[in-house]
Amino acid sequence: MATTTTVPGASPISGSRSLLSRLREGDEIARLITFLFAASVVVVTLLLVFELWQGSALPRHKFGFNFFVTRVWDPIFDQFGALPFIYGTLVTAGVALFLAVPLGIGAAIFLAELAPARVSDTLEFFIDLLAAVPSVIYGLLGVFIVVPLMREYIQPGLKNSLGFLPFFTGPAYGLGFLTAGIVLAIMVIPYIISVSREVLLSVPRDQREAALSLGSTRWEATWKVVVPFARTGIMGSIFLALARSLGETMAVTMVIGNTPTISASLFSPGDSIASVIANQFTEATGDLYLQSLIELGLVLFLLTFILNGLARLLIVATSQRGSGMGQA
Amino acid sequence: MSGRLRWRKFVSGFMLTMTGVCAVVAVAVLFFILGYLVYHGGTSISWSFFTKLPTPVGEAGGGMANAIVGSAKLLLVASLIGVPVGFFGAIYLAEFSGGTVAFVVRYAADLLNGVPSIVIGIFAYSLVVLPFKHFSTLAGGFALGLMMIPITLRSTEEFLLAVPRPLREGAMALGASKWRTIATVIVPAAYRGILTAVLLAFARVAGETAPLLFTAFGNRFWSPGWNQPTASLPVMIFTYAIAPYDDWHRQAWAAGLVLLALILIINIVARAILARGIAIPRS
Repeated sequence: MATTTTVPGASPISGSRSLLSRLREGDEIARLITFLFAASVVVVTLLLVFELWQGSALPRHKFGFNFFVTRVWDPIFDQFGALPFIYGTLVTAGVALFLAVPLGIGAAIFLAELAPARVSDTLEFFIDLLAAVPSVIYGLLGVFIVVPLMREYIQPGLKNSLGFLPFFTGPAYGLGFLTAGIVLAIMVIPYIISVSREVLLSVPRDQREAALSLGSTRWEATWKVVVPFARTGIMGSIFLALARSLGETMAVTMVIGNTPTISASLFSPGDSIASVIANQFTEATGDLYLQSLIELGLVLFLLTFILNGLARLLIVATSQRGSGMGQA
Repeated sequence: MSGRLRWRKFVSGFMLTMTGVCAVVAVAVLFFILGYLVYHGGTSISWSFFTKLPTPVGEAGGGMANAIVGSAKLLLVASLIGVPVGFFGAIYLAEFSGGTVAFVVRYAADLLNGVPSIVIGIFAYSLVVLPFKHFSTLAGGFALGLMMIPITLRSTEEFLLAVPRPLREGAMALGASKWRTIATVIVPAAYRGILTAVLLAFARVAGETAPLLFTAFGNRFWSPGWNQPTASLPVMIFTYAIAPYDDWHRQAWAAGLVLLALILIINIVARAILARGIAIPRS
């Protein structure tokens, strides 16, 4: 590709003359150098996919599809099934979204619709800072604050009030799916708020004014007109949050308990794809063991790849719809 | 006022109040985190935290000097990889590229941006650690650098595109070649934005832990040169927090405070630079 940009083979003479002058002025050289840097991004990304695919060849051939539906993870007998980790990843992400979505969208509605611009911008500044807090810090607070709280108060409380549900049974360890989900929820709320606020702000003014002039209350205008208008974009923010929570490693590893289990009880300690990689990668002995962990990484990559793609599509679709309608 | 209308007004008022409560709760989390870290970290931090090596379990005192230096070295390597690739790549995207190539590069960058950090760690492991047969500062820095690329690239591109057209045309009209226009007019006009982009990317990777677990690994001692396993602040927080020793927990709090203070300060400085700037990104 580099050669085609510098030497377009079949160009007419006038073209090559101007090419020569451009070469003398350094434009073509600058173009080539910056192109190499830009191309390296693509090369690195392709290489990443290739390494993950190549690096997981052994378990892909040995276990095939069974890798995803087997629940035995036994390094001593070389049996590797990913089901408990996939389960743990999905359950923790599900708990996180269950808690984060209402809170995040509520806050976004407040920031976009209600708060004066100054207040909204100030709060958004704090939300951005919150999004910048590294995950290991969330993990640290999770270990020393959330886990004891869960063990002493929240889990016994849930057991007493909602113990008839299968989700809230078993001993209260503090560590487990529920705790990991709560820490994840705290982590992804800023993402939901930021993106949803942007999307809500891009809803054209006349949509609100039309609803208000027809006699709806402020909440009805927001909930029945503005939010549905921004629906796809808000869905995008939720997918983004989902992708984040599936791929999150540190905060989950520190509070999930790290035992591969499949249990309906959210109190049970578990394991997620990211946490098992983090815990076992350096101590994996034998190619099959290591490559099974790499295959887990591949699974994680594919999951987040699909979700991020969907999220971007939805967010772009909404903002275009918003601006398009605004001009009309 | 009919009962129905009164009810609707009540619902409206109630729900809108609830959204306010949501916003307050979300922001309160930040102050809670800050307060807790300052309280616990502040009581655990001391001068020796910055100057001493970790002590063996059970021995009081000690610090994380090796982790602080290790983090600095990792971030240096990361910046040497992430900033040039992001910066020059963005110049190509904003100034030179046509449709298809730009689309592919942007797509790859967005893809890379969404890759979970632990997967980046696996990639750096198989690309750098395996051939060198060493956990090393280089491998860890490479992993962090990879994560810096997409953030630097995409925001730098936006700031370059936001430079007003007449500025470009003025330079071209004076007979400057394209690269001269870029080097003397466009980049200087967008430098605040570019600086912000680089700082934010730096702050983002400064706290990353997962990609370091099996690239930089960890080290209880100084790590000479670039091809040895090295300690880093985030990994130290992780190992110390999950260990069963009270002494280590205190060190973890202190390290958490230092790391968070660093990251928040960089974030605030970056935003302050931008707020007084001239270039505004197109959203």
